[in-house]
Amino acid sequence: MPAWPLAAPADDGPGNPWFSWRYVQDNAGELLTNLEQHASLTARAVIIALIVAVPLAVAAYWIRPLTGPILALSGILYTIPSLALLALVAPAVGTTSDTSVLIALVLYALLVLVRNSLAGLTQVPGEVREAATGMGYGKFGRLWRIELPLALPGVITGLRLATVSTVALVTVGGIIGRGGLGDMILGGFQNNFYKAEIMTASILCVALALVLDLILAGIGRMLTPWTKVRQS
Amino acid sequence: MNYFQQGLTWLNDPLNWTNPGGLLDRLGEHLVISSWAVLLGCIVGWPIGIWLGHRGRGGGVVLIVANLTLAIPTLALLTILPLTPLGFGKPPVVVALAVFAVPPLLANAYTGLRQIDPETREAATGMGLSGGQLLRRVELPLSVPYLAAGLRTAAVQVVATAALAAFVNGGGLGEIISAGFGIGMSNGGGGQIVAGGIVVALLALLVEGLLAVAQRLVTPRGLRTTRRRRQVPAAVPAG
Repeated sequence: MPAWPLAAPADDGPGNPWFSWRYVQDNAGELLTNLEQHASLTARAVIIALIVAVPLAVAAYWIRPLTGPILALSGILYTIPSLALLALVAPAVGTTSDTSVLIALVLYALLVLVRNSLAGLTQVPGEVREAATGMGYGKFGRLWRIELPLALPGVITGLRLATVSTVALVTVGGIIGRGGLGDMILGGFQNNFYKAEIMTASILCVALALVLDLILAGIGRMLTPWTKVRQS
Repeated sequence: MNYFQQGLTWLNDPLNWTNPGGLLDRLGEHLVISSWAVLLGCIVGWPIGIWLGHRGRGGGVVLIVANLTLAIPTLALLTILPLTPLGFGKPPVVVALAVFAVPPLLANAYTGLRQIDPETREAATGMGLSGGQLLRRVELPLSVPYLAAGLRTAAVQVVATAALAAFVNGGGLGEIISAGFGIGMSNGGGGQIVAGGIVVALLALLVEGLLAVAQRLVTPRGLRTTRRRRQVPAAVPAG
């Protein structure tokens, strides 16, 4: 049996094209299922991360001594490779569901969101805060009515970064067969280098990231109309 | 069943380190692949970033490149490139990793040259320095901290991502993890998976630590205090 071909030809001829509509039509069902799984994993991860991240950022904002540790911890967790994190989580949680992938995704998204939310909160000008206090806002009222809305651009930037990188990260879950489109990318590679499958799944993956990014950017503009005025 | 304990037990067996295809072999592969990828990234990213920064334009392009590569899954490039004329083995893995090393190198080089005070630049031109002399004697030395920061971000990211090469049988420490998954959790692969995870994570943290020290060493003392706030686009987990 020959070893790997030293150099695979750029095009193996009509048998294995990089892209074919025929493939897309024949496998629309599988593609859609995986796209859905991919999008659902991304959405769950980012939403859970957002729910945890904003209170953490507020805690770091209010209690200054917490800022250092929270940022340092996020930096360390950030450095740990996704595959390693998955390897540490998966044996404990099991691979029969996508929980382990979800945990790893939430951890990464969390770090991006905490950092950006905190950056958004800290750039609220001191005069604004003083004015709010002078108008009689309490700590919570000020946070809810003044500081969080002003931190929104930072939060949205974090949300966009987290979403785009989560979409790409989901594919790593393919190692336990819970990676959405990543399963198909890997499956195509293992299935005699089925180029059309690899390419279609990859394109869908990038497209999903870009579409979600555009949607979030649109929501951001709607929620923070004042930033548009400032830019123009 | 304590998998972490099993992982430590696995690490404690010297044979797992010295076997062919054991930890030491894989570590060597991992470092070789990573070094080539970072080198390739530097060769591509730095000249473009420095040139754009020197000319003072193309900031939009840098931003677009950085954001676009975020959306590309590493796994996609790792599986696509071996099917191109690059062939199988290490070259496609190195190229795939280098693609993700370029954005931080490029962006930091660009920022490094752009953050220089325009007055410094004017003073240098006023003293009669030509464009090339300005670049070599003023701009490059002043942007060393940024170049170092970019190198650190890129290197850590490449070392982390290199673990994914195992998906396409490209070698590296990820092979330990994927072999563990191959054995299966119920057949005692769990310990090996965790062991692989620990080693990969430690390696990434070690590289980060070493390069942080190196970055501090190459930063001139006068510039150190201003380096507290990183203007780098936040590093993003390797996908």
